[in-house]
Amino acid sequence: MIELHNVSKTYSNGTKGLNGINLTIAHGEFVVIVGLSGAGKSTLLRSINRLHDITEGDIRIGSQSITKAKGSQLRRIRRDIGMIFQSFNLVKRTTVLRNVLAGRVGYHSTLRTILGRFPKSDIELAFQALDRVNIVEKAYSRADQLSGGQQQRVAIARVLAQEARVILADEPVASLDPLTTKQVMDDLKKINTELGITTIVNLHFIDLARQYATRIIGLRAGEVVFDGPVSEATDERFAEIYGRPIQKDELLGEPVAEVPVS
Amino acid sequence: MSKPWSEIVPKPRKNRFRWLIYVALAAIYIWAFSGVPFNGFKETAGVITKAIFSGIFSPDWGFVYLPDGEDLLHGLLETLAISVLGTFISTFVCIPFAFWAAVNMSRGKVISGSGKLVLSFVRTFPEIVMALLFIKAVGPGSFAGVLALGLHSIGMLGKLFADEIENIDRGPLEALISSGASRMQVLWFAVLPQVLPGFLSYTLYRFEINVRSATILGVIGAGGIGTPLIFALGARNWDRVGIILLGIIVMITVIDIISGTIRKRLV
Amino acid sequence: MSTNTEKIRPKAPRKLKHYFTAAILIILLWRSAVLTDSSLGELLSGLPNMLDLLKEMFPPKWSYFEKIVDAMLETIRMALVGTTLGAILAVPVALLSASNITVSRWLHHPVRLLLNLIRTIPDLLLASIFVAIFGLGPLPGIFALTVFSLGLIAKLTYEALETIDQGPLEAMTSVGANKIQRIVFGVIPQVQAHFMSYVLYAFEINVRAAAVLGLVGAGGIGHYYEVTLGFLEYNKTCTIILFTLAVVLIIDYASTKLREKLL
Repeated sequence: MIELHNVSKTYSNGTKGLNGINLTIAHGEFVVIVGLSGAGKSTLLRSINRLHDITEGDIRIGSQSITKAKGSQLRRIRRDIGMIFQSFNLVKRTTVLRNVLAGRVGYHSTLRTILGRFPKSDIELAFQALDRVNIVEKAYSRADQLSGGQQQRVAIARVLAQEARVILADEPVASLDPLTTKQVMDDLKKINTELGITTIVNLHFIDLARQYATRIIGLRAGEVVFDGPVSEATDERFAEIYGRPIQKDELLGEPVAEVPVS
Repeated sequence: MSKPWSEIVPKPRKNRFRWLIYVALAAIYIWAFSGVPFNGFKETAGVITKAIFSGIFSPDWGFVYLPDGEDLLHGLLETLAISVLGTFISTFVCIPFAFWAAVNMSRGKVISGSGKLVLSFVRTFPEIVMALLFIKAVGPGSFAGVLALGLHSIGMLGKLFADEIENIDRGPLEALISSGASRMQVLWFAVLPQVLPGFLSYTLYRFEINVRSATILGVIGAGGIGTPLIFALGARNWDRVGIILLGIIVMITVIDIISGTIRKRLV
Repeated sequence: MSTNTEKIRPKAPRKLKHYFTAAILIILLWRSAVLTDSSLGELLSGLPNMLDLLKEMFPPKWSYFEKIVDAMLETIRMALVGTTLGAILAVPVALLSASNITVSRWLHHPVRLLLNLIRTIPDLLLASIFVAIFGLGPLPGIFALTVFSLGLIAKLTYEALETIDQGPLEAMTSVGANKIQRIVFGVIPQVQAHFMSYVLYAFEINVRAAAVLGLVGAGGIGHYYEVTLGFLEYNKTCTIILFTLAVVLIIDYASTKLREKLL
């Protein structure tokens, strides 16, 4: 369970990134956060694993407060939260397998990981993770030889190998084409339902959010302006949230599955 | 219209103090050239030049290999050995300096700025003067040369490495931090793989420079091929000067080609 | 763990190449250490000497400053004259080396080869040869710096020349300009700023080089290293070092600022 109590973030130049956010996200939910760019989606997500520090309030992961955690305690909490990024954030010059194994470093001592002595079970875990996202045959390829969609799947495998209990995905499909977008979102959904990993995703596309989420949170100017099930997230409500009608670039378009295969 | 166009269209105003710069430049040049003793030629200059050239074209091949070991090959090998070790030492020592001087790894601009200052200080200190001081400390010989090159190269390599670190992609760092990695693990798994090819390439580049530097160390007694060269020059043994020069040119050219090929494959 | 995943799982690539490279490196380092008598023990036993040396160097003897001002001015003069002569000679050499200006392969290839050969010889070596030819004094130093600057400036300039925009050249040809006119109106304006920047860069390097040429008797302040070290007057040596550092840093700073303005 993730709890946010009165979370606010004020940047050093005085602008408010987040403003008095209260949320409780239960185990196993698939939450999609939507909002215009600059609404604070990314700040909110990065506050949860403290890539960004908040200026007010408290964020609790399970029973522990990540806001107050320090040093190894903070690293222990982060180990349970996997993150997926818009730009994949793989080390491009190293192999896929090594990128996935990087997700395991939080479990071992610094010295052991630097010497490259990952236990056999870790390597097995990495292969299984790669297998789950259907990319195991690329294990020894260099990450920069893969396409964007494949790289994002490696990033998902890294989170799986991390054995995270929560996955945060910050615009995971923003740099992908519609077809690979669907594959990556399907992977995330499958992991969510099969392994019961709580998943929080930032998305730009409203129709994609409706297609995959169990719960949608709308942000505007750092405040929660919508929080409810998909059935309530109608176009009319979104028009209200955004203060204007939905625009074409906020929709991905027809579901890809319906495109006839030639 | 009676006036020509050139009088109608105003010329752009030139800097009013431009002439001042020209006068200053002229004064500096007059000072510089008037102080050069152009008449200080030795009358033997022409003869010696001819002798050196004929030495290059009819070198003392016998010096290439001598049974007692004090020959060209030994000198060149020693020069290479000095540069290999000097480069190796500086590569390792400069890494902490590079992280200190890189603005995205240090806390704050003041700290990284101080690192850059130290590196530029080391860079400005000529290796040959360092070698002179090391000779006083460890005695004459190649080891003083190794230490001098090792210390001097830190300045340039540290700066190049720091630039390389400043150019990395922050993404993988964030990914590692968010998976609960410690600071060392972030460095090892996210920073190092990104900078390693650049580090290797710069190390080879510095090696090329160090080979050149190592050829002159012998001039002051810090080992390498410079020592027999200075002796040959002193003894007016022009054929030997010729073969040594030839040896240096060939060695440096070959090293440049090999190192350049490897560097191209790295990037 | 299903068996069908086992089948498609790729095998780890062989690491033979890495081991081989590592082995070569270790042998190289080991042989080098043997050849140069380098060892940690040697370094440690030299350490007290080094500390003594440093202790004797400080505080620097400031009064020595007056004695070396003239030598420092000579150093700067050598660098200035050497760079200027080298720059002047570099112009025709660069034009001859650029394949888009000197089209004939039989001309630009040999010139480039010569240029590369010149660039392999370090300036201090050139200086010691020129000392043997012309005798002691600043003149061999100036010649060494001239040759060095020629190599550096000509190389950088011909590389810049080969990247120029061919448009203005074609325009000049179409208005009926001859070879010289084409170069003056079509080429020079395009590389002028680069050329000046390279000259300043060469000057920076030459000031540093000129400061040590005295070690082989080629004039400048370098001569005083031998004088002071020979008499074990390390505090004077320290004065020379600090003075040189200050001059080099000031010239570097001014030259860098100028170069930024040029480009």
